[in-house]
Amino acid sequence: MEYKPIRKVVSGNYAAAYAVKHARVEVVAAYPITPQTSIIEKIAEFLANGEIEGLEYVPVESEHSAMAACIGASATGARAFTATSAQGLALMHEMLHWAAGARLPIVMVDVNRAMAPPWSVWDDQTDSLAQRDTGWLQFYAENNQEVYDGVLMAFKIAETVNLPAMVVESAFILSHTYDVVEMIPQELVDEFLPPRKPLYTLTDFDNPVAVGALGGPNDYYEFRYKIAKAMEDAKKVIHEVGKEFGERFGRDYSQMIELYRTDDADFVFMGMGSLMGTVKQAVDVLRDEGYKVGAAKVRWFRPFPKEELYELAKSVEGIAVLDRNFSFGQEGILFNEAKGALYNTNAKPLMKNYIVGLGGRDFTVSDVRKIAENMKAIIEKGELDVEVDWYHLKR
Amino acid sequence: MNTLFGEKKEGATKIVLTRVDEYPEAPISLGTTLSNFTGDWRTFIPVVDDDKCVKCYICWKFCPEPAIYIREDGYVGIDYDYCKGCGICANECPTKAITMEKEEK
Ligand code: SF4
Ligand code: SF4
Repeated sequence: MEYKPIRKVVSGNYAAAYAVKHARVEVVAAYPITPQTSIIEKIAEFLANGEIEGLEYVPVESEHSAMAACIGASATGARAFTATSAQGLALMHEMLHWAAGARLPIVMVDVNRAMAPPWSVWDDQTDSLAQRDTGWLQFYAENNQEVYDGVLMAFKIAETVNLPAMVVESAFILSHTYDVVEMIPQELVDEFLPPRKPLYTLTDFDNPVAVGALGGPNDYYEFRYKIAKAMEDAKKVIHEVGKEFGERFGRDYSQMIELYRTDDADFVFMGMGSLMGTVKQAVDVLRDEGYKVGAAKVRWFRPFPKEELYELAKSVEGIAVLDRNFSFGQEGILFNEAKGALYNTNAKPLMKNYIVGLGGRDFTVSDVRKIAENMKAIIEKGELDVEVDWYHLKR
Repeated sequence: MNTLFGEKKEGATKIVLTRVDEYPEAPISLGTTLSNFTGDWRTFIPVVDDDKCVKCYICWKFCPEPAIYIREDGYVGIDYDYCKGCGICANECPTKAITMEKEEK
């Protein structure tokens, strides 16, 4: 069948809901939290209209239960999905470890939202990044199209390496903003994403297993290693699935870091999620103004694309890491990871951390220009002014 | 391995894994329940009265150990190597066919 995309104008959340429908998800655990709610609402609507068949829609009483329901469903061999944001994700924290530890390829959309207090419903990546050590794969979407594509790829990748995957989109900037999304006809999604082949299932009565059994000091360590190895293997799988996606549907996701005009760049802006759309636009403007700059969008934060970062770092003099998140007592989380990844290599670009956009603070092309001016100055001088720059602070 | 019909102790040896690639991909039990003889935890012992039993197998479903099996005549048998004496079966049996009695050792 020839690929003819179906174009729809949808919000980021609806893009996620369509992807869930097209992925033939069998169990959705539903609990509302702003700004995620319209994902599960849309799925409920599909179900009510008879547009989805064979879906078990489980309304639960908290996010902790939502993840528990997904774990149970996934352990039976079903394809399971849920969505959350901020405090809800934090409430799931314990269950996130269970999902990864039991090697269940659940896919969840987290709509990035700032952690309270002060109470906030706006964009900020600290919620998802605080879950970086739970064993979940993490994909950051730049736009609504990437939300849709990301969910479909996440299922395929997760089910290949048997780890759960989070697809992360920005509160309101994507979740509630409408844009054209190219959707894939059902038959072609089915070819790309065949039914799941679970490692084990609770309903195989000829081969009964107990899940979540006790692992004493003699065995626990080996299971941790297996997760670490699955994460490492995921890099290759991400590359292959991303490439296949590109060949089938025209959008190539083979690189874990998307490079934009970096070839001859003196320095690059690095970041994740929707803010990188602004950055790419700014790069075009800055290039016209004579700045030799590029953008490096980190698509996958877990596993961390160390090797791709190293290749990039070898060719540039500076990296401005834009973090819409913060780890108190240290620095921006992407900055911290990127610096750490390069420490034992011979690539030592000047790296500066700009804390931007926390709690939904606007981040615009002119902000990128100011950062470019600052980066240019420190590169000429050959040393940093400050390492971590609270860029928007009202001083 | 099928405890349901009483072939209970086949394979009930303790499995010791010595190399990482011998481990299953996910942490699932490898028959550890069978090699874990919980029968010596017991103070009370369930005794089944076949005359009252209606073969509903509710006890079999609720027993938390592989202790209840279905005999060839369809009544339930108790494997005392695994029965830990918790009394759940006696509590759940709708016809009160199971009583818990103090075990004489
Ligand atoms: S629950 Fe009672 S009646 Fe039912 S099978 Fe067990 S002993 Fe028999
Ligand atoms: S007392 Fe407990 S362990 Fe023993 S047979 Fe009854 S339910 Fe099973």
